[in-house]
Amino acid sequence: MKPPPFEYHAPRSVAEAMEVLAAAGPEGKVLAGGQSLIPLLNMRLAAPGHLVDVNRLTGLDTVEVEPGGVRVGALARHARVERSAGAAAAQPLLRQALRLVAHPVIRNRGTVVGSLVHADPAAELPAVLALLGGSVRLARPGAVRDVPAAGFFTGPLESAAEPGELALSAFFPALGPRCGTAFHEVARRHGDYALAGVAALVRLDDGLRVTTARAVCVSAGPVPVVVDVTGHACADGWAAAARDVAKRVEPEDDIHASAAYRRHLTGVLAERALREAAASAAGDVGTRR
Amino acid sequence: MTNIAVTLTVNGVVRRAEVPGRRLLSDCLRHDLGLTGTHVGCEHGVCGCCTVLLDGEPVRSCLTLAATADGHEITTVEGLAGPDGEPSPVQRAFAECHGLQCGFCTPGFLCTVTALLRDNPAPSEEEVLEGLSGNLCRCTGYQNIVRSVRRAAELIAGEDDGGPAGWPSGPVRTSGDAEDTGHAGPAGDAEGAGRAGIAGGATGERAGAEGA
Repeated sequence: MKPPPFEYHAPRSVAEAMEVLAAAGPEGKVLAGGQSLIPLLNMRLAAPGHLVDVNRLTGLDTVEVEPGGVRVGALARHARVERSAGAAAAQPLLRQALRLVAHPVIRNRGTVVGSLVHADPAAELPAVLALLGGSVRLARPGAVRDVPAAGFFTGPLESAAEPGELALSAFFPALGPRCGTAFHEVARRHGDYALAGVAALVRLDDGLRVTTARAVCVSAGPVPVVVDVTGHACADGWAAAARDVAKRVEPEDDIHASAAYRRHLTGVLAERALREAAASAAGDVGTRR
Repeated sequence: MTNIAVTLTVNGVVRRAEVPGRRLLSDCLRHDLGLTGTHVGCEHGVCGCCTVLLDGEPVRSCLTLAATADGHEITTVEGLAGPDGEPSPVQRAFAECHGLQCGFCTPGFLCTVTALLRDNPAPSEEEVLEGLSGNLCRCTGYQNIVRSVRRAAELIAGEDDGGPAGWPSGPVRTSGDAEDTGHAGPAGDAEGAGRAGIAGGATGERAGAEGA
């Protein structure tokens, strides 16, 4: 239960980090909070030749509330983003999700961007980015690109970040007017990965009619599964919309739960999350009147 | 693989070690620095036994590289007692309330609870359970541990006049955090002079869980 040997690098600038990563190529791995990577190393499930520790790049420890949303720097820990009143006001789903991420002690070290790049389909933050249609900013020497969430998560523990690329930040779009969000999950023990989890985003018009209803499911497939249920919600109500969400996921059996049970949970949680998001959006409409 | 020179301030004492890049902070503390109070249970972030305070924040030392901690302050269970060896309020409470049986998980609980009560001196039942949720005890259960947290909060409140001695200080907040809310505890120095030095601080098998 010790990491395999690797060459350790502690760059002092983003430019230096990108150079080291570019030189390391496929043998390079970025270490930020380490709350997923170090267990993988300890269990010898990963053995990178070069570990590039970005913990000294304090310029990346940022949470910036911009007009259109929240930009989270690569070194911002979960706990910092969770505490940020500005981030919670701009996009409440961030705090709703972060409170479900593991335990407070893990959140003191783990980073939001690290969780996205780790791309665990059971994790909350990839689901949040997918539901909101956010993006991840990746950089290599001389080139920076923003990858939309829809193309970022490519498989279990696989993201669009290529060897030699450093994730600099992630952007979470702000909650629009007359919108509400919610995140519900069921785990065997508090802080565990969820057996099933659903986050929802609902938008209403001034007459309280649903104009957008989307859900995203964790532990339900190889990547976060986003389901648009606007049509169902308008025509048949939340229960029917939630049944549709449950039909569209592809959970697998494992020692923790059967696929059928996960699907059932997904339906139950989808209805809760959609109803709560709608109530929250309705409250927003109420206060605007 | 070249060794790396690291300098850690452990329990107020500057310590140096030459370690391979892969050395875990838990192993550095135990093997390189001889501080065996930090216990190592699962080594993948689940059990919480190895919890120490890094710049005042509780963290898993088995999920932190010693090289990453270079230049930072660490408080281990050996550093919780006062300068004269007087057990801290949290340590006294665990002894009084039988908050331990075999003691293996205890260093992690003590570090976690020390930070929890520093940030939130009067936690609700739910906040206590949330705060303890990342630490496992396999001997007996959590009734007496929860009782110990309650008792520690009483002891700390009782010592407010004089100010508790020997508490590790919290992390220094950047000005950008001034707007922050969302933790029940006082961030900043709201507690006044009597608690100077203890204010601040944030607060499947989820292998340590997410967030690379």
